Amino acid sequence: MMLRRLAAAAGLSLLGLFPALAQEKPAELRIGITTYTSGAASVFGIPARDAAEMFASEINARGGVQGVPVKLFFVDEGAGIETLMTEYRRLVQDQKVDVMFASISSGVCNKIAPLAEDLKVVNFMWDCGTQRILEDDKYNYVFRTQANATPEVMAPLLYLLKVKPDFKTIAVVNQDYAWGRDSWAIFSQALKVLKPDVKVVAEFFPKFGAADFSTEVSRLLALKPDVILSTSWGGDLDTFVRQANQRGLFKSSQFVLPLAESSLQRLGNDLPEGVIVGGRGDHYFLHPERIGDAKFRTFMDAFKQKTGAYPIYPVFHMAQAFSALEAVYAKAVTANGGKWPSHEQVAKAMPGLTFQALGRPIEIRADGQGIEDQLVGTTIRTPKYNFDVLDNMMIFPASKIMPAVGEKSEAWISGLKPDILNIKVDTFKHAD
Amino acid sequence: MSFDTIVLAVCDGVAYASLVFLVAVGLTFIFGVLGVLNIAHGSFYALGAYTAVSAGIFLTKAGFSPWLTFPALFVAAIFIGAVLGGLMEKLLLQRIYDKEQVLQILVTFAIFMILENVQRLIWGVQPYFMSEPLQLLGNISLFGISYTAYQTLFLPALAVIVLLGLRYFLRHTAAGAQILAVTEDREAASAIGIDAQKVYFVTFIAGATLAALGGALAAPTTSLMPGMGAEMIVLSFAVAATAGLGQIEGAAVAALMIGLGRSLAVYLAPEFEVLVPYILMVGVLIFRPSGLFGAPQLRKI
Repeated sequence: MMLRRLAAAAGLSLLGLFPALAQEKPAELRIGITTYTSGAASVFGIPARDAAEMFASEINARGGVQGVPVKLFFVDEGAGIETLMTEYRRLVQDQKVDVMFASISSGVCNKIAPLAEDLKVVNFMWDCGTQRILEDDKYNYVFRTQANATPEVMAPLLYLLKVKPDFKTIAVVNQDYAWGRDSWAIFSQALKVLKPDVKVVAEFFPKFGAADFSTEVSRLLALKPDVILSTSWGGDLDTFVRQANQRGLFKSSQFVLPLAESSLQRLGNDLPEGVIVGGRGDHYFLHPERIGDAKFRTFMDAFKQKTGAYPIYPVFHMAQAFSALEAVYAKAVTANGGKWPSHEQVAKAMPGLTFQALGRPIEIRADGQGIEDQLVGTTIRTPKYNFDVLDNMMIFPASKIMPAVGEKSEAWISGLKPDILNIKVDTFKHAD
Repeated sequence: MSFDTIVLAVCDGVAYASLVFLVAVGLTFIFGVLGVLNIAHGSFYALGAYTAVSAGIFLTKAGFSPWLTFPALFVAAIFIGAVLGGLMEKLLLQRIYDKEQVLQILVTFAIFMILENVQRLIWGVQPYFMSEPLQLLGNISLFGISYTAYQTLFLPALAVIVLLGLRYFLRHTAAGAQILAVTEDREAASAIGIDAQKVYFVTFIAGATLAALGGALAAPTTSLMPGMGAEMIVLSFAVAATAGLGQIEGAAVAALMIGLGRSLAVYLAPEFEVLVPYILMVGVLIFRPSGLFGAPQLRKI
C-alpha cells in the first residue's frame, strides 16, 4: 500500500517534470485573465472580456500561438482581493496556466505582482495604471504591456499647455481612490514645475461611485476656474459631465478629461465640443494612423457588431496583451532553436520585445514597462456619429514624457524643463 | 462665508435631502409598522430607477412627447413597489414576522443580493441615464449660479407633498388609524377586528413604492450603475437611525441635516463630504441612543 502510494507520487512528480525537460508543444496555451465582471469597473471589464474572447477565437482560427491553440480562464476582480488572490493561485497551481493577464485595478496589481513573482508565472499587467510597481521594485516575471499613469497624465497636461497656455486657475474633481489621488499628484506636481503661476482654486475628491455632484458643480460655477480637470471614469464621469453641462459649467471653464475616450459613446451630445479628451494611450476607434488599415477597421466594426459599441481603451489594452503574447512566444521559440520555450525563457524574452496591436508599436523596456505613445484630442461633432469624436489630435512619443529606466516619476517630474513642451508631436485633424 | 454661499449651499443641500428623504422615509415607515429592517429597500430604489429609465427611453424612442417621461417615473415606481414589494411580502416576509430579527434581516439581505444580480442580468453593467425630465424643466438662476429647476424646485416640492400626505394619511384617515393601531399592538388591533395581515401588506407596498419612487426621481439626475442600491441603503439607514427608527417627520429632519451638512462640507472642507452622514449619526446616537425623535422602547415580556 505504502509502496504503491510512493510509486504513484514519484510517477506524478515525473509527469510534472516531463514537459519542463523536453519542452514539447503543449496541447493548449492557457491564459488566465482577471477583469471586472461585477461592480462599477465592469464598464471596462466587460468590453475587455468580449474582446479577449474575440482575439482568442481569431488566434485559434489561425492555428493558435506558434501552432498551439489558446484557452482562456476568467476571474472576476470585483469579487474582492482575497478571493482574487486565491483564484490566481488556483489558476497557476491547479489549472497550470502559462501566462496571466492581471489586472485592471492598480490595487490588485500591487498585490498580484509579488505573487506572480513568487509563483514564477509570466504576468502581463494589461490595464492597471499605477507607475509605482515597476519603478519601485525589480521583477523578472511581471511586465506591463501598456503605458502607466505618468505618461497618461503628462500627455493631457502638455496638450493643455500647448493649446491653452494662458490659464491662471484650475480645479480638480477626481474620484476618491488611488487613481484619482495619484493622477492629481502627478498632474499638479508637473503643473507646478512647468507653470508655477497657476493657482489651484478647488480640490474635490467625491466618493467613488458618487451619484450626485450638484454641490461641486455649484461651487465650480461660483469659482469659475479657467480649467477643470477630472480623471474620473465610468458612471461617475458621465454623471459629473451631465450635471455640469446642464448647468452651463462647460461655458465658463475648459474641461480636461484624460479618460473620457471611454465615455464618448455613452455621453452622446451631453459632452460639449471643445473638451480635451484622452484615452490612456493611443486608443481610439478612429486612430488617425491606423484607420486606413483594413484589419483595424474590420475589428472595430466586428466589435461594434458584437457588443453594440465601438471599442474603448480596455479593448485596446487587451489587444496589446494578446499581441505581446504572440510576439514573445515567436521570439522565445526562435531563441530556443525552434523548440517550445519554458516559462522562464518566455519571461527572459520580454525585455526589448516590440509588438503592435491596434495602436502604434509598443516596446517593453528593460524594467518590464511598456512604452506606449499617447493620443489626446479635442471633442467636435460630426453628422456621421451621434456622439462626439476627436479633432486636433496629438500623439505624444511616450519615451519623451516618462522617466527613463531606473528613474522614479516624482524625481523625474521635479526635474522637468519647460522645453518638454517643444518635443515633437504628430498632429491630426478629424477625418472620416 | 458670505450670505450668497450660504444660500447656495442650502439650495444644494435641500435638493439632495429631498431625494434621500423619499427613500429613507419608506425604510423607516416599514420598520415602524412591521418591525422589519428591509435591506432589499436598496433594490427597490435601484429597480425603480432602471424601470423608469427603460420606460422613458422606450417612450421617447417610440416618438411620444418627452413630457410623458414624467408620468413614466411615477408609473414605474408604483409598478415596482406593487408587484415586487407585494410578492416579497406575500411570499416571504409573511412567513417570518414572528421569527428573530436577525433572521428577518438576513432574509431581506438575501433578496437584496438576488435582486442586485437580476438587475445586472437585465440591464447589464454599462451606465444608463435619461435626462429628459431634467432638461425639460430647464434652469433657474440664483446669484448668477444656474440650478436645475428639477432638483431645486420639483424634488423638494415632491418631498414636502409626500411628508404632508403621509402625515395626513396616518393621522386623519381610517386606514391610517388602522396602521397606527397595528403598530401600537398587533394582537389588540386584531382582537377589535383589524386585519393586521392586510395592514402589513399595504404598508410594505407603500414603503417599497417610496423607495422605487426615490430611485425613479433620482434617475434623471444621475447615471444608473450596478451598486447604486447598496449605496442608498447605507445612506437611508443612516437617516433612519439618526431620526429614530419609525419616525417619519424625524426622517425629514435627519435628511435635511445630512443634506445641509454635506453641502456645507463641500464649501468649507471637501474632505469631510463623505463622512458627514456618519459623523451626524454617531453624534446623535451618542447623546440620544434611540435617535433624535425615537423614544426608548419597553421590552415586552
